Amino acid sequence: MLRFEHGKTWLLWTLICLILVFGIEAKSKSDHSHNGHHQNASSITGIPIVTFKWHHVEMPYTVALWILVAGLGKLVIEANHHVTNVIPESALLICFGFILGGIIWGADKVQTFSLTPTVFFFYLLPQIILDAGYFMPNKLFFSNLGGILIHAIIGTCWNAATVGLSLWGCHVGGAMGDIDIGLLQYLLYGSLLSAVDPVAVIAVFEQVHVNEVLFIMVFGESLLNDGVTVVLFNVFDAFVSLGGAEIDAAEIIKGIISFFVVAFGGALVGVVFGLLLSLLTRCTKNIQIIEPGFVFVLGYLSYLTAEMLSLSAILSITFCGVCCQKYINANMDEKSVTTVRYAMKVFANGSETMIFVFLGISAIDKTIWVWNTGFILLTLLFVFVYRCIGVFFLTWIQNKFRLVPLDFTDRLIMSYGGLRGAVAYGLAVLLDENKIKERPLMIGTTLIVVYFTVILQGITMKPLVTWLKVKRATSSDLMLIGKVQNKVFDHLLVAIEDISGQKGHNYMRDKWNNFESKWLSWILMKPSARKKHDHVFDVFHQLNLRDALDYVAEGECKGSLEFIRNETAYIDFRKKFGDDFSDISMPDITIDMGDTTIANPYTRRDTVPSISLEMHEQTMNGLRESEDMNTHHLLQQHLYKGRKQHRHRYSRSHFDVNQDENEVQEIFQRTMRNRLESFKSGKMGVTPPKTITKHSKKDTQQKVKKEMRWNRPTLYSDLPYFEFSEESSASGYTGSIPRVSYTAGVGIENPAFMPDLDPMAPVQIPPWLAEGETDSATVAPSQRAQAGLPWTPSNLRRLAPLRISTRSSDSFVLADTLPSSSRERDELPPPPSPPPSPPHS
Amino acid sequence: MGSNKSTLQHIPNAEELMEETGFSAAHIQRLYDRFQLLDRDQMGGLRNEDFEAIPELVTNPIKDRIIGAFLSPGKDMVDFPSFVRVLAHFQPTNSKRSKTSSQEQYNSPTRKLQFVFQLYDQDRDGKISKTEMLQVLQEMLRMEETDEQLQSVMEKAFQEADLDQDDAISFDEFKKSLEKLDISEKMSIGFLC
Repeated sequence: MLRFEHGKTWLLWTLICLILVFGIEAKSKSDHSHNGHHQNASSITGIPIVTFKWHHVEMPYTVALWILVAGLGKLVIEANHHVTNVIPESALLICFGFILGGIIWGADKVQTFSLTPTVFFFYLLPQIILDAGYFMPNKLFFSNLGGILIHAIIGTCWNAATVGLSLWGCHVGGAMGDIDIGLLQYLLYGSLLSAVDPVAVIAVFEQVHVNEVLFIMVFGESLLNDGVTVVLFNVFDAFVSLGGAEIDAAEIIKGIISFFVVAFGGALVGVVFGLLLSLLTRCTKNIQIIEPGFVFVLGYLSYLTAEMLSLSAILSITFCGVCCQKYINANMDEKSVTTVRYAMKVFANGSETMIFVFLGISAIDKTIWVWNTGFILLTLLFVFVYRCIGVFFLTWIQNKFRLVPLDFTDRLIMSYGGLRGAVAYGLAVLLDENKIKERPLMIGTTLIVVYFTVILQGITMKPLVTWLKVKRATSSDLMLIGKVQNKVFDHLLVAIEDISGQKGHNYMRDKWNNFESKWLSWILMKPSARKKHDHVFDVFHQLNLRDALDYVAEGECKGSLEFIRNETAYIDFRKKFGDDFSDISMPDITIDMGDTTIANPYTRRDTVPSISLEMHEQTMNGLRESEDMNTHHLLQQHLYKGRKQHRHRYSRSHFDVNQDENEVQEIFQRTMRNRLESFKSGKMGVTPPKTITKHSKKDTQQKVKKEMRWNRPTLYSDLPYFEFSEESSASGYTGSIPRVSYTAGVGIENPAFMPDLDPMAPVQIPPWLAEGETDSATVAPSQRAQAGLPWTPSNLRRLAPLRISTRSSDSFVLADTLPSSSRERDELPPPPSPPPSPPHS
Repeated sequence: MGSNKSTLQHIPNAEELMEETGFSAAHIQRLYDRFQLLDRDQMGGLRNEDFEAIPELVTNPIKDRIIGAFLSPGKDMVDFPSFVRVLAHFQPTNSKRSKTSSQEQYNSPTRKLQFVFQLYDQDRDGKISKTEMLQVLQEMLRMEETDEQLQSVMEKAFQEADLDQDDAISFDEFKKSLEKLDISEKMSIGFLC
């Protein structure tokens, strides 16, 4: 196994090297042949069939190659879990960058590729921050906002000032030897080093699951301190240009004002774009296919707009994400939301990888390395020490006001989590060479600080967290009761604050929530989404979806989806008669069933009324037509329409493949049924007796009750269905009803389209005729089929009410039960599926 | 601090209350002022109507339960010491103080949970029945959802919490199902001085 892993790794390494060599070769070749190429092109007389035009594609090609290489690098690193467990991925990516940088250096003798501020700030950073904002746990963030702001503003200023001043002090004291840096330049340098870097923090803390308060403190700080850093950097940059003599009180006051403008202006731009985005998604119903794009484009625009107005771009895009997340998730189609989430992660992860790789590559460059031991070591020391002092002092103040004080270990991790990263490097590269003589030294030292924090602190973070027994994040299992309880807590705390007469945190939140649901939601959400259920119901829905998926997966493992049909039958039953049953009579029945059918693992103790939330309305509609539906079903099943070939049409804006809904449905049903059958017979190796169910008509309630006890599984499944297997024709099937069957080994390509599966068969069992022989005959097979399914306590819970909702993916159940609902049809998967492997007989 | 103590003279049993609940003198003073403000007819006790008169409380969906938690069974008034004792549940859990005292403090996580449990358990039989759970859900969510949906949510919640499947959630089951929540954090408010 290990050998194999290594083999794979080496393969990848070789691949990466090859790509690199090819890229560099191509580049240098093109450099050499640049002139000649043009001459050739002009002297060619005929039409060239193949021409090598590297310059034509050079730029995009290099970019794409780099992305590929970075991705492959990540692939290699992630393939070695025993390494990533010890060394964080970000550190490994930097090391990978060292190697790549070495290769490039070796080939080119000059560092051709390095992280430029333009690329970093315009193309790599925005998506990471947008991702952070979009996935921000808002409640947590805002309830800790005070503390975060203290650290982001005061902490960052403190870092900048102390690092700058101390370095200057040491310089004056003569610790650095002969370098030409003035006080202001030291302060400028301190300010670019002051900011904790969001990218590095995410990368390191993601793998160390510290408790969420601690995480949000460090992470929030790293996002929000950008406003401060930008201002400090700009102000000191301006001061350096002005020169010490020109600075007076007015300039300093202007600097302080500009801080508020930059920070709050940036946030405001973000909020405005967030609201715009929310409004926009209100009306993108007809262009669902591109609506995820708006999220990215508007997010990016908010970043660029803030940059254009020289406001804090990071704050802008953060707040854009924070503001819009709720509304766009509600407004957009669920598929679009999924798309956004995944695309966001792809972009963010991709650029994070690129950033770290390039941070590594940038190091291999002779021009930036000016070694000054005193300067470098002192910088490292001060950066670390003042971070600790700052954090401990600020948390000490905060703890006087915090409900749950941050304890010593939390504070230690917060100090230790002060990672510097690419933002600092980007700013260092932005320094003006003409104004600052020692720019290379500053860039080099910044890189060393970055490496020190990301690699060394990154590696030691995990052991430290373990050693200090820092409270970890509890794995937040989705628990409905927990969510209900949270809601109770919310109301309770507000009430207690009201009673004890103080307008505290909860009071504010309550007021905000009221305002939000009254006005903001009304404006920003589309009407249909506004009525959306409470959060408790979202959780409920998710839990049910998960259960349903597990349920199906487990059933398939055991080789049968038989039970699904039973569920369907049951839901159907409820659907039709649920209203007639009082809640009191339901438990009676189910308890009875529990007693009598111990052999049947699917009878659960608590059979809950199994109508899903949204299904309910449809059920109501369906009730009206239930008579019609019966007939309709019968006809649809038994009258076979000419089967058209499956036409896969290409459409840029729609996914739907086949328009004829009945056809789609029929093909799907057939495929599904056949797959199930072959699955079962192939896997279980047993021959379930054939079942023919009747198509039940609406019956008297009394009768239904009676039948339910015995015959629940098959009753009311709208479709008569058949269980059969290859051997079945030989086994003891007695009855005059012709069966659908196929035999193995006759070269069936896709049973779904086999002519002998013609629905002629069902026609021959008029349901009402079969009614007489139901009870004992029909119950047996389904029970036996079910017997193959697991019976564990966990299943009990998981097999709890299978819910169908319009949003769920178990549409094939719906395909059977709800021909009249149009929404499900939209969600049908593309009908034809690969043929089931020929069952072994 | 000393001056505070002198102002506490008019509050009955102030010292014992401080000792018992862990509120500081300033807290007690503040709560006493609040108590007197709420006690409109100066009866020395808050009645249901007094609570109902708090304007902010009117919109609270579970206000009846919360008011009920203040009133001990059989009484229709809550005097100042009980008022303070109830509020003491909402103090942030302080690990240092609980060590000094042998008796379990009001603000220990278990006491907090017990308080919440009683909000559900209206008939005080030590169990949350399905009906009781459903009632809470109805009160909180009736605006948005139909009863039937709430019923199914309730059933699902019971599946999670009702471990011995006796159709009722005992306190132990309740505690177990909520052990992932940070109770001491979620059920604390910052009392102003």
